[in-house]
Amino acid sequence: MNKETIIKISDLAKIDIKDSQIDDVLISLEKILNLVDEMNSVDTDSVTPMSHPLNLKQELRKDMVTASNERELFQKNNKYTDNGYYKVPKIID
Amino acid sequence: MHNKTVSELKKDLKDKKISSLELTNHFIDRIKSIDPQLNSFVSLTEEYAIMQAKKIDSEIAKGSFRPLAGIPLAQKDIFCTKGIRTTCGSKMLENFISPYDATVVEKLNDAGMIIIGKTNMDEFAMGSSNETSYFGDVKNPWNTDYVPGGSSGGSAASVSARLIPCSTGTDTGGSIRQPASLTGVCGIKPTYGRVSRYGMIAFASSLDQAGVFTRTAEDCAILLTHISGYDPKDSTSSKKDTPDYEQECKRKFTNMTIGIPIEFLDGLDNKVREVFDENIKVLEKNGCKFKKISLKSSRLGVSAYQVVAPAECSSNLSRFDGVRFGHRAENVKSIDELYKKSRSEGFGQEVKRRILIGTYALSAGYYDAYYLKAQKIRKVISNEFAQAFKEVDLILGPTAPDCAFKIGEKTNDPIAMYLSDVFTVSTNLAGLPAMSLPMGFKDNLPLGLQIIGNHFDETKILSLAHHYQQITDWHTKKPKISGD
Repeated sequence: MNKETIIKISDLAKIDIKDSQIDDVLISLEKILNLVDEMNSVDTDSVTPMSHPLNLKQELRKDMVTASNERELFQKNNKYTDNGYYKVPKIID
Repeated sequence: MHNKTVSELKKDLKDKKISSLELTNHFIDRIKSIDPQLNSFVSLTEEYAIMQAKKIDSEIAKGSFRPLAGIPLAQKDIFCTKGIRTTCGSKMLENFISPYDATVVEKLNDAGMIIIGKTNMDEFAMGSSNETSYFGDVKNPWNTDYVPGGSSGGSAASVSARLIPCSTGTDTGGSIRQPASLTGVCGIKPTYGRVSRYGMIAFASSLDQAGVFTRTAEDCAILLTHISGYDPKDSTSSKKDTPDYEQECKRKFTNMTIGIPIEFLDGLDNKVREVFDENIKVLEKNGCKFKKISLKSSRLGVSAYQVVAPAECSSNLSRFDGVRFGHRAENVKSIDELYKKSRSEGFGQEVKRRILIGTYALSAGYYDAYYLKAQKIRKVISNEFAQAFKEVDLILGPTAPDCAFKIGEKTNDPIAMYLSDVFTVSTNLAGLPAMSLPMGFKDNLPLGLQIIGNHFDETKILSLAHHYQQITDWHTKKPKISGD
């Protein structure tokens, strides 16, 4: 991991990091990765990865209408709405 | 009134010795007078609570009694509460009014409980000390220079200081059990899937589980009965029937064999070890059989957790983009700037750190080395627990490696902070139920005893905890700040 990695992942994560903070972020993430690297002390070549604690199968519900559209209620949390739409800066010229 | 348990209050309300309004006003007054020293509440819902209490009192007067009618409760501010601000401890949701109730909230409301307020927590449940909250640190009621643990620090501190008889919490890597241990209360994290996660703001979806804080195991059992069960709104919730934990916890299991993982005791603080050993002797005298077991990969739990949890958090928290709800930056010229500025202004340092680690672990070229490897370690840890439960009924150990630490002591050392959860994270990785209950003190600060069970064995955990509390009195000790 280096400064360029921090710049790249912060862009992917859509989080701004000031130039003056990059070194500190790099140091703290490297410390965490050192802790994470302890996983390599165990050989897991033959282990099946576990993605869910109970190995549940994804259930699909029946295709039925269950809740009404509450757009107005949901949009109360945002003052940047117009006629049911969310307003954002212009994307396409 | 504030020293009574949920079980006792339930009876007093039913016998009409007190009214819900009296009880509600009493706890509101206590919060107003004591909480400025603790900061365990983010919002007080006084008007709503009084209205609900009056409604419940009129129901009781008419002879109708819901199972938990009129008992005050605090909700961790991670649970969506309809029409009530839900902040998740973050500037991002500082002004968010939830349009719906979480299933846990709905169930406890239906049972007749009165929400008195929303408790403070580490931002988006990321922390072990309640120092990452946008709304300020929560203080430990036993000594206000110390942390209460986290992330459910407010829920734990408020129960410990008798500001509320019970509260809800969530546990992703120890966020119920570790603060329960550090503040001297009971906290249970049920099996993954036992309680619906609907409306519980997601941190790491394959690890998150809701639970409760109370002062006795019996009270934990009462509340757990009411929040458990299948919910079609959470596809990972279990369809297994919910036992009546309140009745079941009173059943004494005979011939139980309890495992003690040697790895949990290796290098343990001397005083914590001494207190733990004393408790083993007490349980042995009362018929428990103990057996040393090995969970040798549990030490890698924190490492695997530090990949799985941030990876899932980086994905879950991508919804906070400033567009539909949550903090939105002003004066932005492009959509990219809107995303970046809203997220950078809205999230605190620890949340950003975890999003970055998660984004890195999931980014092209690193997936196998980190996320896949962590999921394999998770399997190894889970297999070791499964093996152990072939030989023992329950597993016992200390909840945390030490008592509470001073505010500020670990804020600049994330690794030291993450290691506070060394005994708790493995159970989340394996999806197992576990509970912390008070077992003694070190330097006048509480220590917690952790009981871990096999999947859906909450009954055995609660039974052992309840019977332990019949022969010990650690759960009756209270901090000076709580008064008489």
